[in-house]
Amino acid sequence: MLGLSRSDLLMLLFVLFLVAAAPILLNPFPEASRFAQFNAGYPDLMQRFVIFAIFAVGFNILFGLTGYLSFGHAAFLGAGSYAGVWMLKLLTINVLPAIIVSTLVAGVFSLIIGYISLRRSGIYFSILTLAFAQMSFALAASVLTPITGGETGLQTALNDPRILDGASSGTGNIPAPALFGLEMRDSIQIDFGGWLWTFNVGYYLSAFILLVAFYLSIRIFRSPFGMMLKAIKSNNQRLSYTGINPRPYTLAAFVISGMYAGLAGGLMVAMDPLAGAERMQWTASGEVVLMVILGGVGSLVGPVLGAGLIKYAENIFSKINESLLTQWFAFMPEGLTDFMVTIVSPFVGKGWHLSLGLMFMLVVTFLPGGLIGGVTGLFGRIFGRRSKAQGE
Amino acid sequence: MSALEVRGVNKRFGGLQALNDVNLTVEEGRIHAIIGPNGAGKSTLLNCFVGRLTPDSGTVMFHGKSLLGIQPYEINQAGVSRVFQTPEIFSDLTVLENVMIPALAHRDGKFEFNALRPMRREKDIQKLAVDVLEDLGMPDKHDMIASSMSRGDKRRLEMAMGLVQDPKLLLLDEPTAGMSRADTNNTIEVLRHIGDSRGITMIIIEHDMHVVFSLADRISVLAQGTVIVEDQPENIKGNVKVQEAYLGGAQ
Repeated sequence: MLGLSRSDLLMLLFVLFLVAAAPILLNPFPEASRFAQFNAGYPDLMQRFVIFAIFAVGFNILFGLTGYLSFGHAAFLGAGSYAGVWMLKLLTINVLPAIIVSTLVAGVFSLIIGYISLRRSGIYFSILTLAFAQMSFALAASVLTPITGGETGLQTALNDPRILDGASSGTGNIPAPALFGLEMRDSIQIDFGGWLWTFNVGYYLSAFILLVAFYLSIRIFRSPFGMMLKAIKSNNQRLSYTGINPRPYTLAAFVISGMYAGLAGGLMVAMDPLAGAERMQWTASGEVVLMVILGGVGSLVGPVLGAGLIKYAENIFSKINESLLTQWFAFMPEGLTDFMVTIVSPFVGKGWHLSLGLMFMLVVTFLPGGLIGGVTGLFGRIFGRRSKAQGE
Repeated sequence: MSALEVRGVNKRFGGLQALNDVNLTVEEGRIHAIIGPNGAGKSTLLNCFVGRLTPDSGTVMFHGKSLLGIQPYEINQAGVSRVFQTPEIFSDLTVLENVMIPALAHRDGKFEFNALRPMRREKDIQKLAVDVLEDLGMPDKHDMIASSMSRGDKRRLEMAMGLVQDPKLLLLDEPTAGMSRADTNNTIEVLRHIGDSRGITMIIIEHDMHVVFSLADRISVLAQGTVIVEDQPENIKGNVKVQEAYLGGAQ
């Protein structure tokens, strides 16, 4: 079905189930419970999960298949964001044109940068992409201020022209991004016993787009084109003696992943119509690399998992502070409580990067296939190698 | 008719004259062996045919088209496939994928954006690859990761990658090195069968004289970068110059 093999279809359905039920799955603790702060089922964070998953899934098409490691993909995400906000300002508050245009703008932008960067490979390619992205960041923050809003960023305003639906600002409020009248920030809240579930419009739009993006990535992985990309990673030289010109293949992969990044950027501004230059900074490019490696390079589900994990750590670990830790360890004898708080506190709150770093080191050292490699390995051991197709 | 015409090819590496005015004519549909002592320039010559090296002077014409100054993939698309001396394979892909890639390259050309076509619907390509692997005696290794194979099997895989493209000219650089006697004989059998049935022109570099004399229609002897003799196999055996070249090379 859908041009997928049975195991791929099952994997797609699995992801469908995960994203559809996320508002429930990510809120396992009742509101009143003292673990409620581990709940991640609120719209803002769930949107970030799926949007970064799109970014990572696209990045994996370049990095996972061809092995070309770009350190500049945040530039395409940023370009997509700016293009998206401009669409919301000039054309219509409907998010659809914004999302489409951000994807296309990022596509053109990545075609130019990819064409130049792909004249080199290995570390030189990585450095070139990094240089281009930092250049874009610097330009966006300074010279291009009229287009990008400089350091304050670009956002929608009351007096924007919005030539297709200018009248909608009659209320005196800046209109909120919407899909044919359905506002992105709208939610339905269900109070189920002690649990609170929030079903948000923006989240479900992003989740739907993630599913489409994920589906396309499966198709690319399983196509002759995808096989050529794997061959490039394996032995680029040999491929050219086999009659294939590797250059257009890598460029196509680069542009596709750039468009995924632009799509993610467009979705970000569709959720919250604000774009800043920091979105293009090298730390943002590095983050997507971490996501893909953590989840599992070259696997299909891995990047989704990695994106979720990093965004979870960033938003949840960072909220844990010392007084909270003291509460948790209060059951221990007094001296031990202080001791535990001292030991644990550097890894949470502002120090969440430390936990992330440790986790990254452990995964890279002990699970070369990333988390998904570890999980499938474990399943393989339990069920006798039956489910090896899952992550590949 | 000649398939490959090599005229006055010179190649110098620093102080070493690796190829010195090499002339070679390979007739269409024939198996042409190039033999010679180590360091005679055999692999260098082959590298000049596939775009890995560019000669300092001279011409290499393949069916009237120059092979010099064009990209390796263009040479391959013109119908020249090469089997490398040290196995050059896609080591982390499966055996079947290794053979399907050149088959796709042969059918679709140097670039084809078919990102949404499912690979498993490529039944024709798959059948081609399966058949070639069968011919080469590896019918049961499709899903093996290529790097985990024995050296001999890697050589056979390389050959499958060349043959699946149904090339006009197949360049074989010591195809049986590292193979067992049985595998060597099987390979001779396969190459002879393919040469007879499909009429593929072949150039073969080989140290194993058993392979050379079993296959070659014609033999060129290369020594110190020059073709010293070119003749029928039966005339090569007793040739004094050839014996001298080999003894000289052993000093």
